[in-house]
Amino acid sequence: MMSPTMVILVTGILCAAACSLLGTFLVLRRMSLMTDAISHAILPGLVAGYFLANGPNLLIGALGATGAAILTVTTVEALQRSRYLDGSSAMGIVFPAMFALGTVLVSRFFSDVHLDTDAILYGNIEFSFFDRMFIDGRDFGPQSVWIMSTLLAINLVYLGLFYKELKITTFDPGIATMLGFSPVVVHYSLMLVLSITTVGAFTAVGAILVVALVIVPAATAYLLTDRLIAMMGISVLIGSLAAWTGFELALRIDASVSGSMVAMLGAFFLLALLFAPRQGLVANMLRHRNNVKRFAVDMLLMHLWNHESTETAGPESTLGHISAALRWSPDHANDIIDRASSRGLVRREQDRLLLTESGRGHATTLVAD
Amino acid sequence: MSILHDLIFDYTLRNVALGSMLLGIVSGVLGSFAVLRRQGLLGDALSHAALPGIAIAFMLTGTRETIVLLLGAGIAGWIGTMLFMRIVKDTTISEDTALGVILSTFFGVGIMLLTLIQNQDNANQAGLDRYLFGQAAALVASNVRTFAILGAIAFVILIAFYKEFKLLSFDPDFAASIGLPTRALDILLTSLLVIAVMIGLQTVGVVLMASMVIGPGAAARQWTDRLLTMLALAGCFGAMAGVIGAVISVQADRLPTGPMIILTLTAIVLISLFFAPKHGYLPEYVRQRRNRRTLMGPDDISIDEAHEARERGAA
Repeated sequence: MMSPTMVILVTGILCAAACSLLGTFLVLRRMSLMTDAISHAILPGLVAGYFLANGPNLLIGALGATGAAILTVTTVEALQRSRYLDGSSAMGIVFPAMFALGTVLVSRFFSDVHLDTDAILYGNIEFSFFDRMFIDGRDFGPQSVWIMSTLLAINLVYLGLFYKELKITTFDPGIATMLGFSPVVVHYSLMLVLSITTVGAFTAVGAILVVALVIVPAATAYLLTDRLIAMMGISVLIGSLAAWTGFELALRIDASVSGSMVAMLGAFFLLALLFAPRQGLVANMLRHRNNVKRFAVDMLLMHLWNHESTETAGPESTLGHISAALRWSPDHANDIIDRASSRGLVRREQDRLLLTESGRGHATTLVAD
Repeated sequence: MSILHDLIFDYTLRNVALGSMLLGIVSGVLGSFAVLRRQGLLGDALSHAALPGIAIAFMLTGTRETIVLLLGAGIAGWIGTMLFMRIVKDTTISEDTALGVILSTFFGVGIMLLTLIQNQDNANQAGLDRYLFGQAAALVASNVRTFAILGAIAFVILIAFYKEFKLLSFDPDFAASIGLPTRALDILLTSLLVIAVMIGLQTVGVVLMASMVIGPGAAARQWTDRLLTMLALAGCFGAMAGVIGAVISVQADRLPTGPMIILTLTAIVLISLFFAPKHGYLPEYVRQRRNRRTLMGPDDISIDEAHEARERGAA
């Protein structure tokens, strides 16, 4: 028997695993915003399900929502056939329209029942312990855990069966077609699995957490690795870690659990953006600065080499003159000269700077290039 | 003509319709550039990114003054945009993923802060979450004035840099090659979109804002190939959607204004996509069939005759 907090945590982590696995492929295929569109567009489907079943019914609601999701995907793709409407604009027209339709239906016909639009955005993972699954009147534990385990299992089976196809159509659709894999079939199967996952996860944790869990962990992992399998592993890890730390955060500051989980995802992404070893902003900056200095050392060598055997060699190689001729500040000039002499390329002789043997060699290769 | 009468003399309807109309014009014109630059969903990301700004502005000042909250929203949205541009420029992450990251994380932080404020039981906080879904029906004259001022600022900047923006939208490489500061212009044009979002948050809310930005421009694009005409049309379509949506929601019972505006706009977009004479699906289909018939053409010319004709030409 799990405690209420345990249920929330388990639901969050299962959801993170299911969403971020799919997210890896969506991010790589540049289709990650489709999950945003789907998660909003399923509202009228939920309402239709509620209407048909005459009340809240998980199965019929989920069927209606999945139908709406598939309708959204196909409409977006039909609209972007127009040369004057790109994919993202088509998406931006379809999903708000579906959401608006859902909102109108809710306020027109169900304003007195519990189907409020806030819950759709935040979800109510907080109450997941109390939504229990009953079969024949027997209590089988919290519904959300069952839903999310099923979804995770579906995704694992799907990825296990189609891993090769997904990989090849993602990275090289041309070759995939040539080898006889149909990118179209893979695309629609992925959209179908995404729709089912979004609908299921959405009833458990709400729209924003689903969207964030699909996109953010995969984007973070993308900053950290170039390998597909590692990217999947890292995104599941980051998603789960954010679910756990976000939950702890929500308890401390008394705020929405799904909001806090997303905030932690954002924090992890920001860390990766700043400090990722190869793509991070800090690494970029350091590399840039390093390049500037390396280039400056080369400039210094060239300058000395140019004037070495001429009659102006004397005055041209004084420290003051170098900094004036290359338009460097004295500090920068000193810094560069220190770098060059520590690499054994130049040596100081009173106030003059002379090329060493290896410095001369380096300068000649620079000229040869 | 009682609707017309109400539009002019009914205080509530007049403000709602005017406010929605201003939103339609501003977001339609500015959104057109986003549509042309294939950054349609930038508006969606911006409006989501604005949410934490509203919460933080409230936490810092404790007021519910519209202008203070909207200023917070604008600043947060702007920070989100800058972060988006940096991610796209400095990493290999694609544009759509960068938008998704900004959109979802900023929004999540916003929800976290809003619930934090709510749970602190601050009696003054009521109504902060109306920015989620907008509350056009609650617009008052002072809101409309704020909108007009914000819109005017945006249009003055747009007119001043019209030529540059035009070049940036159609041929950014050429713009850079003749020495225009494309990066600064890019930032400026995107910042103008922040103004549209500030107006939209209160009227249609975070979620539906995407449509207000994309819809008018996408519809206008179907009717014309000229930028100026497109901007004017987009403004008109946006204004039409705003006024018609507002009127319908006031006339009928329990039809929320924001969603009605979006549904009206969607109808305009669909009509344009299907029937616009220039690029609409239907005229294009008819044209294609006619072309095919002309090409297959009066089948009185046989292959032999064609062959002979060619030989004669060669000789």
